[in-house]
Amino acid sequence: MSATLVPDVGRTVVRANYHPAVLVAGVALVAAFFTAAPWILPAAWVSVLDNFFLLLILATMWNLLAGYAGMVSIGQQGFIGLGSYALLYLALKGMNPFAAIPLAALIAGAIAVPVTFLLFRLRGGYFAVATWVVADSAMLIILSISYLGGGTGRPMPGLTSLSPAQYNHDSYLATWLTALVVSVGTYLLLRSRLGLVLASMRDSETAARSSGAKVTSTRRWVFVIAAVGCGAAGAVLAISQPFVQPGNAFNINWLAEMLFATIIGGIGTVEGPIVGTIVYFVLYQSLQGLGAWYLIIFGALAVAVALWQPGGVWGLVRDKTRFELLPVGYRVRER
Amino acid sequence: MTWTNVIVQGVLFGGFYALFACGLSLLFGVMRIINLAHGDIAVVAGYTAVFLVPHLHIAAVWGFIVVVPIFALVGYVLQRTLLQAALDRSPFTTLLVTFGLSVLIENLLLEIYTANGQSVNIGSLIGNSWQVNSVIYVSWFQLVVLLVAVAVLGVLQVYLSKTSTGRLIRAVSDDREAAQICGANYRHIFGIAAAIAVATVALAGISYGILTELTPTTGGSQVLLYAFEAVVIGGIGSLWGTLIGGILLGVAQQIGAHYNPAYQVLAGHVLFLAILALRPQGLFGKKEALT
Repeated sequence: MSATLVPDVGRTVVRANYHPAVLVAGVALVAAFFTAAPWILPAAWVSVLDNFFLLLILATMWNLLAGYAGMVSIGQQGFIGLGSYALLYLALKGMNPFAAIPLAALIAGAIAVPVTFLLFRLRGGYFAVATWVVADSAMLIILSISYLGGGTGRPMPGLTSLSPAQYNHDSYLATWLTALVVSVGTYLLLRSRLGLVLASMRDSETAARSSGAKVTSTRRWVFVIAAVGCGAAGAVLAISQPFVQPGNAFNINWLAEMLFATIIGGIGTVEGPIVGTIVYFVLYQSLQGLGAWYLIIFGALAVAVALWQPGGVWGLVRDKTRFELLPVGYRVRER
Repeated sequence: MTWTNVIVQGVLFGGFYALFACGLSLLFGVMRIINLAHGDIAVVAGYTAVFLVPHLHIAAVWGFIVVVPIFALVGYVLQRTLLQAALDRSPFTTLLVTFGLSVLIENLLLEIYTANGQSVNIGSLIGNSWQVNSVIYVSWFQLVVLLVAVAVLGVLQVYLSKTSTGRLIRAVSDDREAAQICGANYRHIFGIAAAIAVATVALAGISYGILTELTPTTGGSQVLLYAFEAVVIGGIGSLWGTLIGGILLGVAQQIGAHYNPAYQVLAGHVLFLAILALRPQGLFGKKEALT
């Protein structure tokens, strides 16, 4: 957090161009506001925020995968589905759905571990399509399990004892707290040693490898962490529905949304997914009632950004102002 | 005898998958990119055959004569504009852009034509079959598609190895800069490769629309995945491997479907994952092609 000392030549090396205490205070303030949101904001806003934080989790995870570790996955909907169904299974076995969210996320992560040994044999575009094959396989297997509702799905048990107001409140808090843990966790991860290895891999994989960075195991960690995050998103999705159905849990549109939000916001920056998710919701709210058009416009926007402004909205802001809200690297500052 | 029939039907489906796959394989060979909208282009071609050809007063079965050249042109233009712009940035951008294109196509089709299935109606021709014995029927149409797939792969092989444009394509895929120094316009060559790839997948899309139904999501969840699996099973970079890969995928799916119709697609995925685990370079591929 604090400034790292280098030989005293009149400069210090710092992370942010503002005091570290400002960051901690800012995060605490934001956290307090969104925790209190159900008491402050009208119910309709809270339900929008619920969806907002769900997409924020997904975009943050996809950004970690593609923006930091260079793995373009088009199969993350598979881990969303697995998270949903893991939670359904645990709830059917009698666990409290809210208490079971972390366990459901870890189950999705545990499934990702053996999967990496197959997927990492492929690179680039082949890796991308192979992730989709894995996601499709997971859905087809779930479809054949009648205990989990097969193709028609099953309602999430263990929620009927709650009053509607209490259920909405708890469901929102579950999504928000998961988003908080995922965002803060990802941020701290990127500031850690693993983040440094990822940055070196992004600059030059060969150089990173020859400097002793464990490139493959770092990738494996990131893939599993992203699976845990998407699994957690799937679990909170299952609670907020509260009906688990393969067509929804494994829907490719989740992938499209998390990918577009990341690209528009700014891939490879911590702030990007947040900005992109905000853009998405502004667009979504203003195009309501137009069916799938919001996804068409959002997608066209993402393609345009990828081609002509690859740094996204936040990349533009950062280049113009040299300001970083959530810095992960270091910079030299004259004293 | 039942098993013979399962294998025969699988081989027939394999013709479709090989036809889906050869464009994907060609584009990867030449440009080292995967077009994630590959399958959706096939569906658009199928929809074009459904909605355009009835206005042309020709028999639906000949619709491909009109639609395939249109899509060759579409492929060339797409490559020279959107795909080349993405490729100039990075392979990574190409993945993002083609995925975006795929979502755009699927949702536009959904908005305009709804989620209902569409088929290319060629009348009674589809029902004609050749009865080998009491169990085995061979659909003429599927046999024709298999033969077309073999012919397309054969022509492509000859084209790439014998003609001057084919040699240019191979030269550009081996070393873009060196080919450019020798006077090859690599952007134009890429355009030609994309025209061939899109034309073949358009042909595949129309054929698939004749055999079964096309929906807006057929392109991603079926065509792209099957084409990709055929390429990887056969071995990346081997055109004849792609044919064998397509046939093995078809056979695996039919064996799965024989046990339970719900396992048809899953059996194909399992074969693909098994190949990935045991022989990641594919049956006829070289190990270097993976990196």
